[in-house]
Amino acid sequence: MYDKGKILGGLLIGIVLLLFPVYYNAGRAAKAPERVLTEKAKAAKQCVEDLAYMKAQHMKILDEWRQEVVRQDTRYYKSSDGKTYFKSLQLTCMECHSNKTQFCDQCHNYMGVAPYCWDCHIAPKENG
Amino acid sequence: MMGINRREFLKIAGWSALLGAGGKAAFELLAPGEAEALLQPTPLKAKQWAMAIDFTKMDEEVMGAAIRACHRLYNVPDMGNPKVELKWIWKETYEHTFPTQENEYIAEQFHHHNFLVLCNHCTNPPCCRACPTKATWRREDGIVMMDMHRCIGCRFCMAACPFGARSFNWGDPRQAPKELNPDFPTNPDLPTRSKGVVEKCQFCAERLAKGQIPACVEAANAVKTEAMFFGDLTVKDSPVRKALRTRYSIRRKPELGTGPNVYYII
Repeated sequence: MYDKGKILGGLLIGIVLLLFPVYYNAGRAAKAPERVLTEKAKAAKQCVEDLAYMKAQHMKILDEWRQEVVRQDTRYYKSSDGKTYFKSLQLTCMECHSNKTQFCDQCHNYMGVAPYCWDCHIAPKENG
Repeated sequence: MMGINRREFLKIAGWSALLGAGGKAAFELLAPGEAEALLQPTPLKAKQWAMAIDFTKMDEEVMGAAIRACHRLYNVPDMGNPKVELKWIWKETYEHTFPTQENEYIAEQFHHHNFLVLCNHCTNPPCCRACPTKATWRREDGIVMMDMHRCIGCRFCMAACPFGARSFNWGDPRQAPKELNPDFPTNPDLPTRSKGVVEKCQFCAERLAKGQIPACVEAANAVKTEAMFFGDLTVKDSPVRKALRTRYSIRRKPELGTGPNVYYII
């Protein structure tokens, strides 16, 4: 092999550079944010569905609601425990979860997702 | 006749005060959104919504009230620049409103006079045919609706609409000049739009769902009675049919075959 030293050296430098993010971030995993509830949300005990379902499927519910409200003009949601809710992100969800920066943004930032809800929908006013 | 006398009223008031002080108010016992759900209003329904605007009642005050009511309700900002303006309902001269019916000897009451114009909610809407994502479509009650979630901002609908009833958000509407929109967004219960979507009048679909007539009609009629009419075109005794039956009316560019559902009584 010609230029053995240069090739292997180059490869080594390449691997070191390539793996930079791995060893640079090793042992520094960001802590998963804690879910923060407002007093009102705590008092309500349960969201429109149970906790496990909301954790996994809230984006699906929101997507279905927006379709149904805008496209089918059906504005009331019947939850699995028989309660009826007005389908509205701004009026129903945010009435309890008025702490958008803690309740929504914290986890979305951690997960690296950027839903564009708030480009149009108006977020509740938060103190500080 | 009074339903209850003074004595009964005081009794009820007393009991209510006691209950209120001791127990919890009813709204606190309900889950969020539940109060709205319990008070489910009866939506207004129709086969074909239509509007009639009485030109003889239109002055700056009436038109201003209608425009203000609409634009404040739906968070439509004043962009301060006609190139990027957003409009759901606005004023247009006779020449621009009815371009094919203009001549230089037209009666003075029309010449250069402003008409109140908005989306015509056409029976055969060309905008809906042009839309590649079905972000705009004609509902079963005749409302030409917009789904902002689905709009990709291609502006085909704007090119297709012969009435200029659609506006494009060239920028973020929340960046609208502060001095022109000091309290924007004016209605925290409804969304604004975002950069890159097309918006227009939705015949107050939000209000109809709550059993209310469109905001512009209500506001205009509050200034001058029977300035605007709204109702189901297929119902013989609806306000709009009654108005059209007795007075002569015209529509904008009917020759294009789009079937506009906004009528102008002249």
